[in-house]
Amino acid sequence: METLPQLKTRLAAAFPKARLEIVPNGSPGNPDSLWVDAASGLKVAGFLKNDAALQLDFLSNVTGLDWLDKTVTEKVRVKREFKGQEIEVDEILEKIVPGYLEVVYHFYSTPLRHGPLVLRMRTENRTDRTHLPSLVPLYRSAEFQEREIYDLYGVIFDGHPDLRRLLMWEGFADHPMRKDYCEPDDYEYEPTPHGALLEKARRHYPREAAHG
Amino acid sequence: MVDFAQPENAFKPGLPGAAEPACRVVPKYSDQGEREGDWLEISMGPQHPSTHGVFRMDLVLEGETVIRLKPVFGYLHRNHEKIAEQTTYLSSMPYTDRLDYFCSMTNNWAYALAVEKLAGLQVPERAEYIRIITAELTRLQNHACLMGFLMQDLGAMGTPLMYAFREREKILDLFEALSGARMMCNYMRFGGCRIDLPPGWLEQTRRLVADFPRFLDEFEALLTGNEIVMARLQGVGALSRELAINAGISGPMLRASGVNYDIRKVDQYGIYNRFEFRVPLGAHGDCYDRFMLRLLEMRESLRILEPALKDIPSGPIIDARAKLRNFKPRPGEAYGRIEAPKGELGFYLVSDGSANPYRYRVRPPSLINLTILEDLCLGQKVADVVIILGSVDIVLGEVDR
Amino acid sequence: MPGFGIIKGLKETARNFFGSYHDPGRFVTIQYPEEKREHHENYRSFPFLVYDGDPVKGLRCVSCKICEKECPPQCIYIVPEQDGSGKLLKFPRIFDIDVSVCMGCQICVEVCPFDSIKMDQEFEVSTADRFGGLILNRSKLAKSNEYYHQIRPAEATAVDAQLAAERERQQAKAAAAKSPAPAAAATREKKP
Repeated sequence: METLPQLKTRLAAAFPKARLEIVPNGSPGNPDSLWVDAASGLKVAGFLKNDAALQLDFLSNVTGLDWLDKTVTEKVRVKREFKGQEIEVDEILEKIVPGYLEVVYHFYSTPLRHGPLVLRMRTENRTDRTHLPSLVPLYRSAEFQEREIYDLYGVIFDGHPDLRRLLMWEGFADHPMRKDYCEPDDYEYEPTPHGALLEKARRHYPREAAHG
Repeated sequence: MVDFAQPENAFKPGLPGAAEPACRVVPKYSDQGEREGDWLEISMGPQHPSTHGVFRMDLVLEGETVIRLKPVFGYLHRNHEKIAEQTTYLSSMPYTDRLDYFCSMTNNWAYALAVEKLAGLQVPERAEYIRIITAELTRLQNHACLMGFLMQDLGAMGTPLMYAFREREKILDLFEALSGARMMCNYMRFGGCRIDLPPGWLEQTRRLVADFPRFLDEFEALLTGNEIVMARLQGVGALSRELAINAGISGPMLRASGVNYDIRKVDQYGIYNRFEFRVPLGAHGDCYDRFMLRLLEMRESLRILEPALKDIPSGPIIDARAKLRNFKPRPGEAYGRIEAPKGELGFYLVSDGSANPYRYRVRPPSLINLTILEDLCLGQKVADVVIILGSVDIVLGEVDR
Repeated sequence: MPGFGIIKGLKETARNFFGSYHDPGRFVTIQYPEEKREHHENYRSFPFLVYDGDPVKGLRCVSCKICEKECPPQCIYIVPEQDGSGKLLKFPRIFDIDVSVCMGCQICVEVCPFDSIKMDQEFEVSTADRFGGLILNRSKLAKSNEYYHQIRPAEATAVDAQLAAERERQQAKAAAAKSPAPAAAATREKKP
């Protein structure tokens, strides 16, 4: 298979509007990945599937990822007026980098037996703009996996034929795999004799917990 | 044809656990608006002997023909991935046993492989041999049981399943002698295996491998020529080659549809490149092909086991750089996959440099192989749904995670 | 000929049926409560604590809490003993294992640096008393080194040899530290 930079050049030529970026992988020996913007995601996936040199027809794995908002501190030199004269001072700026939800696709090719090609797409933020294109029109294997990501992360896949929760029940409100998910206080568990769980249990199951 | 866009016919997935009737009669109207008859909407499962666990299918039947099927998951969901993100890398290892609880050894291997890729660990020669031996033994017992269960679904009550379990028992005894547990082995470690083989284990395994063809012959004589088996399995639930690839089907199901794609051959993980074995392929992709393919795969597994048991070298069983406590791989990500008995089992790990994985994802072959369940079942009889599901080979511990 | 496959299969079941009366290879069932399977040495059920000599003072556990931290289902609970001044002693005051949560994965055994926790082979532990019977406290968990030798002779012997070697090394180190000790003490006294 061609290298990722080569592929990126080819993709950039084919889709001049697409925003492509190579995301380096810190772990040596493991492949880097290609980040493509949501708007051209479906087109790029179609290219990967139909291109004669790639023929990535097997979408093996679709993974959701949650990246929280990050606070980045930055030192900047600014000019300030101090006792009538202008001096330069260092100022520490705190910037909030908005988090996003990410979906990672692992493609393989069954006729050419190469892979994986790792493609990523990111949502704009974690709250209200969590739309990504669905790859189900191209790859049926994404059907349940995208439903699972919608269920556990809250990514909304536009174009998915049947976007319902997969593992949690209908009517469940939150997305449990998000990093800031707090489990409800009264979820079902067995009281244990020690620690925080017991305290919770005492509140909800006073009679059973008393035996501990 | 029923118009499911109409609100009264809309498909309403029920709440898991909610008290609702197991079946419902949906009136069927002709184009002129006259009532022609009824459809029957059946909730098959979650407590149903043929669903191999707590799995539910909402079926709509016309007479006995399936016109709609929606699988409903989540009855065994325990958020395995979230648990793994909250514990250390090592602590997730025993949880992987519980994914596909028939094949804990291959689950261990897939996870260990992903972590080894992430941390750059090398597996010693002897450990690679042990891994291949245990993985192929796992494949033997999984396929034997699957065929037993499939026959049970067909109505061959007991006999084939008991024969399969008799053989499985011997393999589980070997696992117990090796790892201490029959099903929840928790045997592999990052960079090798936990303990060395106990004395006499190889000899016992060699005897088992030598005896196993007798069981296969017996099984073949019992079932493959049986006219009832052929009538029930042939031509039922045919899966085309294109759909199989497109839907990400893997393992014996993919190969039964004629796609030559075995990860043992493609990735050559471990030391599979040293062994000669053939990849059986199906021609029709129906239930009979899936059944026969597993039988042939067991024979190929024996072909791997024989030289592996002969050539196994002595030496260390774990990478000296691997450590149990304070295991913190560099930030990065890795995807490790193996050919598990059910299909492609992959683990995708993202590390942020801490002791816990930032993201731990299991690619469950059982779940993804169910993608095409509706396509296979449409137009078939309701009794065939049971067989098709049986031939897909699912374990709910892995489907729901 | 239709039906031939069925007859062939029936021949196989008949062979198995009659074989189950005389072929020892087919005697696979045992009558459980009367007969019991012999377990292999590696067989594991739940953890126990090893002691040498005295069941309380001889516990090898130093309550370092590594097993508590590493336990996947978090079923271990340890509180270290304190002396009068509140200093933590290397000895567990409370050591509880909730065996209804424990999944017998053996990770506590592997991470223990002191070889103090090992896997038992007792498996008939069913009880109707959830909290009284299934939470094993320190006294229920403590089992002698002789018992350990009895259930896992090879492993216990290896562990004993390793511990003895460790002890010898410690003693040699202590002896080496003792001889230049007066000089070191003298230099320390000189400092203000």
